[in-house]
Amino acid sequence: MSTTTGTRVRTQTSFSLWANRHRKWVLAAPAMVFVALLIAFPLGWTLYLSLTDASGSIRAPHDFIGLENYFDVLSDTDRFWPAVGRTAFFTVGAMVVEMILGMLIALLLWRPFRGQGLVRIIILLPLVATPVAVGMMWRLIFEPTIGFANQFLSWFGIPAQPWLAGEATALPTLMFVDIWQWTPMVVLILLAGLTSLSDEPDEAARVDGANAWQRFWHVTFPLVMPTFITAVLLRGIDALKTFDILYATKGKGGGSFHEVETLNVYAYGLSFDYQKYGESSTVLVIFFLMIIGCIWLLTIRRKKSSL
Amino acid sequence: MKHRSIKVVTAAVAVTVLTGGLLAGCTTAEGEEGGKQTLRVTLANHVWTDIVKDKISDFEADHEGVTVEVTQLGEDQLSDQYNVKLNAGTDEIDVMMYRPLQEGKLFAQNGYLADLSDYVTRDAAWDWNDFQEGPVEATTYEGSVVGVPIITEQQVLYYRTDVLEKLGIAVPKTLDELEAAAKQIKEQGEIAGYVGRTGVSAAVTQWSSFLFSEGGDFANKDYTKATLDTPAAKEAYELYGRLIGQYGPANVSTDMSWPDAAALFAQGQVAFYSDASSLYQNLALEENSTVWDKVGYAPFPAGPAGSVPYNVPSWALGINNDSNKKDLAFDFVEWLTSPELTLEVQEAGVPAARTSVWDNPAGTASFPPQLAEAIAIGAKTGVGYDRPRVISVAEAREIVGAPIVVAITGGDVDAAIKKAQADFQAFLDDEND
Repeated sequence: MSTTTGTRVRTQTSFSLWANRHRKWVLAAPAMVFVALLIAFPLGWTLYLSLTDASGSIRAPHDFIGLENYFDVLSDTDRFWPAVGRTAFFTVGAMVVEMILGMLIALLLWRPFRGQGLVRIIILLPLVATPVAVGMMWRLIFEPTIGFANQFLSWFGIPAQPWLAGEATALPTLMFVDIWQWTPMVVLILLAGLTSLSDEPDEAARVDGANAWQRFWHVTFPLVMPTFITAVLLRGIDALKTFDILYATKGKGGGSFHEVETLNVYAYGLSFDYQKYGESSTVLVIFFLMIIGCIWLLTIRRKKSSL
Repeated sequence: MKHRSIKVVTAAVAVTVLTGGLLAGCTTAEGEEGGKQTLRVTLANHVWTDIVKDKISDFEADHEGVTVEVTQLGEDQLSDQYNVKLNAGTDEIDVMMYRPLQEGKLFAQNGYLADLSDYVTRDAAWDWNDFQEGPVEATTYEGSVVGVPIITEQQVLYYRTDVLEKLGIAVPKTLDELEAAAKQIKEQGEIAGYVGRTGVSAAVTQWSSFLFSEGGDFANKDYTKATLDTPAAKEAYELYGRLIGQYGPANVSTDMSWPDAAALFAQGQVAFYSDASSLYQNLALEENSTVWDKVGYAPFPAGPAGSVPYNVPSWALGINNDSNKKDLAFDFVEWLTSPELTLEVQEAGVPAARTSVWDNPAGTASFPPQLAEAIAIGAKTGVGYDRPRVISVAEAREIVGAPIVVAITGGDVDAAIKKAQADFQAFLDDEND
């Protein structure tokens, strides 16, 4: 009797000792397991589907076909590679303009001035709008026959433009919408970086006779570089994933000529329109690897710049 | 020791609460409780839905303990919902509004739609034989009834009475006359001649009547050979392209579905617009249109093969095969499609699939007389489909529609047709495999 009690006490003691020693893991474990499942399961399932010929219904029997989907997708010059090109063009184009504009606006807002609060609120307004609502709004504005954009141009005698309706103009128009909406976020991040900077290096450069450009290029910009890279990383990943405004303005397939079909829109169409789940998963896996590659490159760059 | 125990207990409670919370989040909602039942119905945004939704309380009053929960979505969102939920084998949808010609074959093949063959014959008074033959064929899969058709559509020609009168143009009876009239109006420079859907996928259904009237079709009878490169199909592609590309609005968008095209007509920008008869309220009601009192209706103009518009069931009601309330679900479908409610719906302007409501003068009284006549002619001469009759309709529509967009934008139509023919043939070979 006393032996059993003694064993139980010993077991309890050893368990409580173990739990106490690892309490940060014990407390965090449920959330970590949940997050791991949330990421690992869809990823694993997508990877599995990409190796099958699943189509029609996901519940229908399907065969394991190895890397056939990967060969098919990577040799598809009709839809896949143009979609990769558009994704890269949209991401890089929008991001570069957003970073330059964002830096300019952040520099303007950096030093205190009258009405600063109001200007900041106005600049941040596009950021709080829902992307789908933004897409619908710009779609109406850019309607070639009855939209406001062409009406506006006509006041200055400029001929009407096709905007979203044109095969060549649709993607640049959508990049403009993306820039309109997301530059404020870049401003916000860079402004946080700028306000945390000490005034001393700038003042020292001023005393040494450096002009405004020299002070920005040789002093401020290198100092704010870690924040800048963070903004590039965040905005780049976001732009890469853009789906809502493309879908809201051009619908499935990214327009009649697939003129705004990025990898996201293509994968969505394969899955929801064509019910080709195997092929769609393959596109997503390749896209995922591309994103990982981009993040890896940017992280290396950030580490180098912070050294 | 005591201090340690408190820590352990705290940790254990935290783990239990967090894990419990997660598990609670994973449990499914109960549909039934104490004899009460919830019938989950998914409907599309349509005039039909707006009319019947207001009457659902009558069904609930007749069925004690039953609550009908309606989810209403746009066409594309509805398809996406079905794609996700039915793929996962959900029983959270009982009654579903679907497009027999767009997704009927796919859903039936995937086993999403319950077999209603025994249900439709159980009540002679409800009268399954009253439903039109074409629509019934479209809701039947491999000999089993999988849906009850609710709305039918025929392609008709809408025109501006004032413009035709001013320019002394007669209402076009043939496609040649339509083209000549559209050209003349465009050349006047005030408004555009013709508009229709232009989106690669959306345009296919409205182009189909041009194809049929020119004497063509998407494929041969058993769908083993694509027929998009026949002279008839080529003429249909080119004519549709000329009508919109040359005589349509300037800078016309190539993404237009019916809301965009109808809006151009309703805002007085074009003289002719051809689309489904069921859309007439978007043009002819004062709150929707600036030209509501100047809208004329005509049967689809005749081509070399005559006037052959589509005459199709655009929507039907089906029951989810995984629903565990199939009997109640069919009671609801039966109630929604009863002769009385169908008549009421048609009186409100939605063309129905029951023969009796078309034979009843009250059923056609609310339609503009010209439109009723155009529908009657279309129903007689039309064909029962407006898109390729395949399983993966969305993909087929994109292939068939590609030359339409090229024709509208003035590109190389011959090359586009050649590519579409080859792609569609490969698609058919793949599907027939």
